[in-house]
Amino acid sequence: MDVFWASPIGIITLAALASFASRALGTALSGRIAAHSPVIEWITAVTYALMAGLVARMIVLPIGALAHTPDWMRLGAAATGLAVFFLSRKNIGLSVFAGSLTLVVLVAW
Amino acid sequence: MYATARAAFWGGVFEAAHVPMLIMGASFIGFGSMIKNMDWSLGDAIYSTLSTWALPGQIAMAEMAAEGAPLMAIVLAVFFINARLLPMVASLLPQVRREGIPAWGYYLGAMLIAATSWVGTMRRLPDLAPDQRFSFMVGYGLLLYTGSPLFTAAGYLLAGHVPEAVALGLVYLNPLYFMVLFLVDLRSRTKVMALIFGTVLGPLTYLFFPDWSLITTGLIGGTVAWLVGRRSTIGETP
Repeated sequence: MDVFWASPIGIITLAALASFASRALGTALSGRIAAHSPVIEWITAVTYALMAGLVARMIVLPIGALAHTPDWMRLGAAATGLAVFFLSRKNIGLSVFAGSLTLVVLVAW
Repeated sequence: MYATARAAFWGGVFEAAHVPMLIMGASFIGFGSMIKNMDWSLGDAIYSTLSTWALPGQIAMAEMAAEGAPLMAIVLAVFFINARLLPMVASLLPQVRREGIPAWGYYLGAMLIAATSWVGTMRRLPDLAPDQRFSFMVGYGLLLYTGSPLFTAAGYLLAGHVPEAVALGLVYLNPLYFMVLFLVDLRSRTKVMALIFGTVLGPLTYLFFPDWSLITTGLIGGTVAWLVGRRSTIGETP
């Protein structure tokens, strides 16, 4: 059994169940929970910190193929994405495209 | 706004078929490339997209599995990240209720609620007649849901057939996407602090205890930000 849960299919299944739990609970509680209750605000704060931590780690200490690229290229691409984001009045699509393209150009150079 | 519920369904489909589809498509392309990069199968990538359909949790799952984090840490991280779906579902569903839909219909409908479809449906609700809202939500969510496995597969297949520089650019789409996505709404001081604490704690804790790095980052960074945010809010009210 342990072998199954440690396989890709097992991990994906558990992750899917962990995600559906919130949707199911949300459906059961619908209309009975305030959108700005302290618990919801705490969950939001934990999510923001967790995702920021994940993103920072993926940029600074990546794993897999990205780990073989020099730090300055990934940081340069992220900085370009950020700059375009604020210059374009928070255009998500444009800034993600610009950041990704920067990395492609730097690596291919 | 629409003549019938059926027209509202198609209205949802067409409204989702523009920018929302493009942005979500690009991020699922990034997810597909990422799964290819960690040598899981195409089937795994599509299965994850169809069964979870909430990208931040999927990315965390893949990243943590690739670095060999314990199963319990992965499940906890995904649970916390996707727990934001609970308030989204609980706030949207009461507004789209109508006669004739069985309870299981809402549980199924909840599967179509994720960040993009929630924002897209919520802002249209005032324009829609009450009996058209559920149809609009399903049309909007269903287009994005059915499109995402196609984008996931495209990303997976592309990553194996494009020059290495382009493949790296595809894998890099997701950190970039979530970096800017969380910067869109910075009005809340708690969120800003959570982002700063997380950015510092994430790489730092990873150096010392990689297995539980994300859970610690989220719980400590998030809780401190929440406590400080609450204190300052309470201080401001007379």
